[in-house]
Amino acid sequence: MLKSRLLKDRIARHYMLTATVVAIFFLFLIGVGLFVNSLPIMQEKGLWTLLTTSNWRPFKGEFGFASYILSTLYVTGIAIVIALPLSLLTSIYIIEYASPKILRAFSSVVDLLAGIPPVIYGVWGTLTIVPFISESLAPHFVEFSTGYSVLAAGVVLAIMIIPLIISILMEVFLAVPKEMREASMSLGATKWQTVKKVVIRKSIPGIVAATVLAISRAFGETLAVLMVCGNFTDLPKSIFDACYPLPALIANNYGEMMSVPQYESALMFAAFLLFFIIVLFNVISRVVLIQIDKRYQL
Amino acid sequence: MELITVPLIIEQPKSKVMNGSNSLNPHIVVENLNIYIQDNHILKNINMAIPDKSITCIIGPSGCGKTTLLRSFNRLHDDNMNVKITGNLFVDGEDIYAKGTEVTHIRKKMGLLAQRPCSLPMSIIDNVVYGPRIHGVRGRRKLYEIARHQLVAVGLWDEVKDRLKSPASTLSIGQQQRLCLARGLAVEPEIILGDEATSALDPISSKTIEELFVTIKDKYTVVLVTHTLRQAKRIADYVAFMYMGELVEFGTADQLFNHPKNQLTKEYISGGFS
Repeated sequence: MLKSRLLKDRIARHYMLTATVVAIFFLFLIGVGLFVNSLPIMQEKGLWTLLTTSNWRPFKGEFGFASYILSTLYVTGIAIVIALPLSLLTSIYIIEYASPKILRAFSSVVDLLAGIPPVIYGVWGTLTIVPFISESLAPHFVEFSTGYSVLAAGVVLAIMIIPLIISILMEVFLAVPKEMREASMSLGATKWQTVKKVVIRKSIPGIVAATVLAISRAFGETLAVLMVCGNFTDLPKSIFDACYPLPALIANNYGEMMSVPQYESALMFAAFLLFFIIVLFNVISRVVLIQIDKRYQL
Repeated sequence: MELITVPLIIEQPKSKVMNGSNSLNPHIVVENLNIYIQDNHILKNINMAIPDKSITCIIGPSGCGKTTLLRSFNRLHDDNMNVKITGNLFVDGEDIYAKGTEVTHIRKKMGLLAQRPCSLPMSIIDNVVYGPRIHGVRGRRKLYEIARHQLVAVGLWDEVKDRLKSPASTLSIGQQQRLCLARGLAVEPEIILGDEATSALDPISSKTIEELFVTIKDKYTVVLVTHTLRQAKRIADYVAFMYMGELVEFGTADQLFNHPKNQLTKEYISGGFS
């Protein structure tokens, strides 16, 4: 009786360990696979040239990734700058101020929004954001813009990640103990003082984690961005210029023109870069979180 | 059960008479207070007058409404939309539930100690000066002095003076509760409310807090909800016994523990039920 119980315990443990190892192993496998496949082009051109030049003429054997990398960073940056403050304020309102009814209603709306397929956001962006930028916004700043631009991609991406950030932040704020709010309020603090000095402070690790997740998601988002960014290989000079982020490059070109020498390897390198940026970014944020915890023990 | 009305004027405890101090001024007056949470009638027509500069303990079995009553004193039910309150509650003669009364002003008058100490997510010193800061006190020197003064008052200064900047969460539970008391005192309240403030603490920390209550009652009105009868016997000047949402008996500690008038009180203090 006892024996079989213990046996089951051991089996369960080993089973779960195996599952964990397999899951991590796949990540490792993908990283190695991408690296190995992008080796030829790295050896031929040199890493530095690939990263710092922006000439992209596969037929002439010129592969410069600078504009793709910059496009990716621009678009993600704009998306986060727009999405984070909006999501922060929204989730604070929902958790701290709104009635339970609104909280319940909104939770399901957020889940719904997070579940809408990217292609719908892409179509919507093409139909509304792109013409708006081209006709109403850009003329105030630049001579000409098609509307398919860094800004359009950033805005569409922001709208896509807002539900994601809100739903994480709502959990984060809910996790702040009620007693902590009461401790602050009972000292005569107003609601806003309590939110600012206690709730947000306590939630800093969670806010960082939510931002990291959102950025990782934004880095990799392909379809919606591809539909509104213009897909134009040149260094974007302003946010109204077209751009070409890494995921769009891969999605648009992989499987075509494979007769061009080194082309496949170049696209693999693009994928490896994307992979590397996301891993690096997650590692850095993990370190930051550990430091925050060490220092403040929130 | 019959509704018991309690006379607002109460006998003075013997110790006070002997001290010659006059403390019959009611600090908190509760008139016909009823609290409903959703459809449940939690507090039923409570009338009581809590004298200032003394310790009043609210005792009674679990679920009798002690905590609900205590929390109504500094309007902590405000944010809960399911709570409905009728009746009047006067602090210093001011009706705190009257329209136009500013809630932060009421709460500043009272420090609250929760069941489990709840330090704020910041350093030890920032915890103590949190209250003064939100009420507009500025200047490092001044804030430091406030922190030192209050930490000395709760006997925590020597233990933390070398690590004022460390996170408050690094303190032990007992230390944190004293920190919370210091934080409450730092807003210069008139009243200290304790919601089973010692129940999560080890016996020694618990004793320290109890002794602190006794020390500070010269300056503050202390109202404690407590589960332990012995604690009430040790430190209370006045005792309120509640049962099923009603105030059964209110009187001096001597009167209530030694000559209870009500049969229920008699049974409760002799351990007949809990």
